[in-house]
Amino acid sequence: MNLSNSTFFGFRRENGRVGVRNHVLILPVDDLSNAAAQAVEHNVKGTLAIPHPYGRLQFGADLELHFRTLIGAGSNPNVAAVVVICIEDTWAKKVADGIRASGKPVSHFGIEQHGDHDTIMRASKAAREYLQWASELRREERPLKDLWVSTKCGESDTTSGCGANPTVGNAFDKMYPHGVTMVFGETTELTGGEHLVAARCRTDEVRKKFQFVFDRYQQVIERHKTSDLMDSQPTKGNIEGGLTTIEEKALGNIQKIGRKCLVDGVIDKAEVPTGPGLWFMDSSSAAAEMVTLCAASGFAVHLFPTGQGNVIGNPILPVIKLSANPRTVRTMSEHIDVDVTGLLRKELTPDQAGDKLLECMFRTANGRLTAAEALGHREFVLTRLYESA
Amino acid sequence: MIHFVVHEEGDGVGVVVVEGIKSGQSLKGWIMEDDKDLEVTAKSDIPIGHKVALRDYQPGDTVIKYGVDIGKVVRSIRKGEHLHVHNVKTKRW
Repeated sequence: MNLSNSTFFGFRRENGRVGVRNHVLILPVDDLSNAAAQAVEHNVKGTLAIPHPYGRLQFGADLELHFRTLIGAGSNPNVAAVVVICIEDTWAKKVADGIRASGKPVSHFGIEQHGDHDTIMRASKAAREYLQWASELRREERPLKDLWVSTKCGESDTTSGCGANPTVGNAFDKMYPHGVTMVFGETTELTGGEHLVAARCRTDEVRKKFQFVFDRYQQVIERHKTSDLMDSQPTKGNIEGGLTTIEEKALGNIQKIGRKCLVDGVIDKAEVPTGPGLWFMDSSSAAAEMVTLCAASGFAVHLFPTGQGNVIGNPILPVIKLSANPRTVRTMSEHIDVDVTGLLRKELTPDQAGDKLLECMFRTANGRLTAAEALGHREFVLTRLYESA
Repeated sequence: MIHFVVHEEGDGVGVVVVEGIKSGQSLKGWIMEDDKDLEVTAKSDIPIGHKVALRDYQPGDTVIKYGVDIGKVVRSIRKGEHLHVHNVKTKRW
């Protein structure tokens, strides 16, 4: 597929970023505000609440990450407008101000001194106005480079490494020369193949930063582990699927960054890349955490290879799932957007598989719902760094 | 029909890509990177996605896949047998 003149139809936001969905987000800052946020979602049909369990008594870097993730989610170009709800007005305003920097409409509501009823009523009025306003926004044709694409794999097995992940790699290699902004992560899941990623870093400075975050995460594992992690890395699902060691899993994982792309930069969790190219995000390897961080970093579409059949979705970021495992495609077809099982029967070349994925990516960007969206998978999972105060 | 795939020449394992492989079955393999064929006789039942050993291994040997070290052998393995967590362990963590 020649991508030189490729375009997609997206929503151009106030800050120039382009989204592929047009959500009006009802964003709770903390666990206590979930009920009100979900009540607003119920009152105003077509809005999207993203409940989560955190936001109280966090502090330091963990609190900063919490705010960065929520502000990033609200600022994502797939979101047209945001209603922020928090138990305390001050933090509602803090998150709303952060999102407002993107230029999109945002209102905030604190529950204290109002109660749920009054808050829900006022927030519903704002949400209704935003929804009707957003419903008149139109998609416009934009160059491929305006699409930000993230990747992370899950419930991997050996077919991931020889089929689905190299398919993402093929697509990444094809998009890279066209100035697309792309990201991968899963720091500990590079264990055993970290030298291969280091060798792909564009400069010594990037390599040094990559090695620093990799080593830091290894220390976290060493500090807390009680066994060789065979119960969690690889996971039971990975082992059931035939993956034996973390090294084998990592080498399969790394297939997602193709063979030609260079790693242009390293970002922390939920940070926004500052230019086009391939970025490495220091992140958890847990699927919903990583995909949520990609949404917070501003990515608009996600490529998710799976072996054994991860069913993940995200409320903000459409997750396109592909698999090369014939049993998974047969038994879990409603979750799979792109079937690349032909690769392992020699009926599909890597180049054809990459094109098949890209074709699905463009259709998704243009508005086609993913399997996860159709099935209502909205896993929004915040990464925590340590205990609350 | 392809029963198992090998990433590249020199790898010591293949990945079974069809369901229901039984011990004694003659398996046809495909080396993806080099587009070459090879054969091995299964000496275990091997589930889809699991690995077949392409050589004999002794404890302490290193298993190579993707041309890279994926772990150490902890129990001897014969060519054609199922190679997995019962006979191979990580060298990390």
